[in-house]
Amino acid sequence: MIEVEHLSKYYGNFMAIEDISFKVEKGEILGFLGPNGAGKTTTMRILTGYMPPTSGTARIAGYDIFFDSLKARREIGYLPESNPLYGDMSVRALLEFFGKLRGLDKKYLKRRISEVIEKMRLEEYAETDINKMSKGFRQRVGVAQAILHEPAVLILDEPTIGIDPVQVVETRQIIKELGKEHTIILSTHILPEVSMVCQKVIIVNEGHLIAADRPENLSIGISGQDKIKAVVRGPMREVAAALRDLNGVETVDYESTGVDGTARFNVSARINRDIREDLSKLIVNRGWGLLEMQPVGLSLEDVFVKLTTKEEI
Amino acid sequence: MRNAFGIAKKEISSYFSSPMAYLIGAVFLVLTGVFFAQYLLATQEASMRGFFSPASFFLLLISPVITMRLIAEEQKMGTLELLLTSPVTDLQVVVGKFLASMAMISGMLLLTLYYFVLLLWVGSPDLGPVATGYFGLILLAGSILSVGLLASSFTSNQIVSAVVALGILLLLWLLGNLGSFFNSVPWARDILNYLSLSTHYSELVNGVLDTRDVVYYVSFIVLALFLTVRSLESRRWR
Repeated sequence: MIEVEHLSKYYGNFMAIEDISFKVEKGEILGFLGPNGAGKTTTMRILTGYMPPTSGTARIAGYDIFFDSLKARREIGYLPESNPLYGDMSVRALLEFFGKLRGLDKKYLKRRISEVIEKMRLEEYAETDINKMSKGFRQRVGVAQAILHEPAVLILDEPTIGIDPVQVVETRQIIKELGKEHTIILSTHILPEVSMVCQKVIIVNEGHLIAADRPENLSIGISGQDKIKAVVRGPMREVAAALRDLNGVETVDYESTGVDGTARFNVSARINRDIREDLSKLIVNRGWGLLEMQPVGLSLEDVFVKLTTKEEI
Repeated sequence: MRNAFGIAKKEISSYFSSPMAYLIGAVFLVLTGVFFAQYLLATQEASMRGFFSPASFFLLLISPVITMRLIAEEQKMGTLELLLTSPVTDLQVVVGKFLASMAMISGMLLLTLYYFVLLLWVGSPDLGPVATGYFGLILLAGSILSVGLLASSFTSNQIVSAVVALGILLLLWLLGNLGSFFNSVPWARDILNYLSLSTHYSELVNGVLDTRDVVYYVSFIVLALFLTVRSLESRRWR
């Protein structure tokens, strides 16, 4: 549905993005993740036809964003970064305006306006001027505007920024809901949002694409290891030595828990090799006590920090 | 064209949602009214000259206030991003906004027709010069507004946009006066006179309908609007 190929954008000599390629299939929600200034907004502005790329191409629903710009734009619903709206218009007037610009015929537009007003629960505010509304409600108007013409693709730039926590939860729910009918690109620098909402994630940093995968694969892929945390009663050093000898184990470190004779062990094993059973058998056979055992996946946050931090550890 | 009208309609309703439109209209009517009355009383002549001559200059002074927000405000608020990512061409955006400002000024000029009604009441004015005068005023307004729109596309600051427009317009207005310095170099004087916004207008106010003057204003408007489209496009390239 969205195909991006080798997209680059330079502002003068300043490189905003370089050689970004990715694909979003129909019905997918793609999380576009990166720290501030990574090039997320630039990429989205190129996709929506606001500015052309320096090189590279992209297609939205099969239409080239440069050569078939108007057709491509018809397929896109866009919520820009700071959700700009005409403050002196009422919600209804604004929707009418954009509906007409997007070429919807009168009857259909009228029906769609009442549909999106209902969907975004804006009934009470339909005739209110937008600059009299709170940020959260404005956000709903922004989304209403974006989905008005039933676009195949929705591009949402930081949709949950600057609204209160309750509304954030609500907005995420709405996006999930929208994912059933639209293909969505969602940019954010909030990690949990991605694991909550998206089926696929790409991470950009300083204009470069540095990872693209499913959120859960990403956390394994980056560490290359499975980690297990275990609390064992027994002589620390002996236990550690025995664990190191276990097949598949790579590193073991430990510390006393403070409770007499018990210690906490962090065991890393090669990926895709479940050592939990072997580990528990070993400890029981040696007559030690296995008090606790817990697999530890790398959180998306760890992945993000690892990928976007330059220093080698 | 439908898109341009949609944009024009939105801009017009936005003009009337603020006191600006009424304020500008009132100022224009008061100022031209004073001059019209003075001229009428002094000359006892049933002619609109007392309106047309000062009206052109007042138009030049107030128009930048009408056009300054058209694009600059959208850049500042970020709404330009929504507008330009809608399936509309830059030309439609520019024409729509130009039409909106033209509608504003035309509405204002329509109100001044009551001067003419007054003249009909007190005397028998000559219809010809009144018709060409209004025609000239509309053409002049179009030129002034197109320059204002161009200036509005340069910046996201409305004040800057108004000052730039006023600077360009005053310069173009005074080119004719500048021409008198070149009396010894006739070709230079003629060129300056031809380029001046004011000389063509005075011909029309005198009741002379010359295609040269009409061609001048129409090409002026087309050029300014074309430059505005390019300026908008360049914003995308930056």
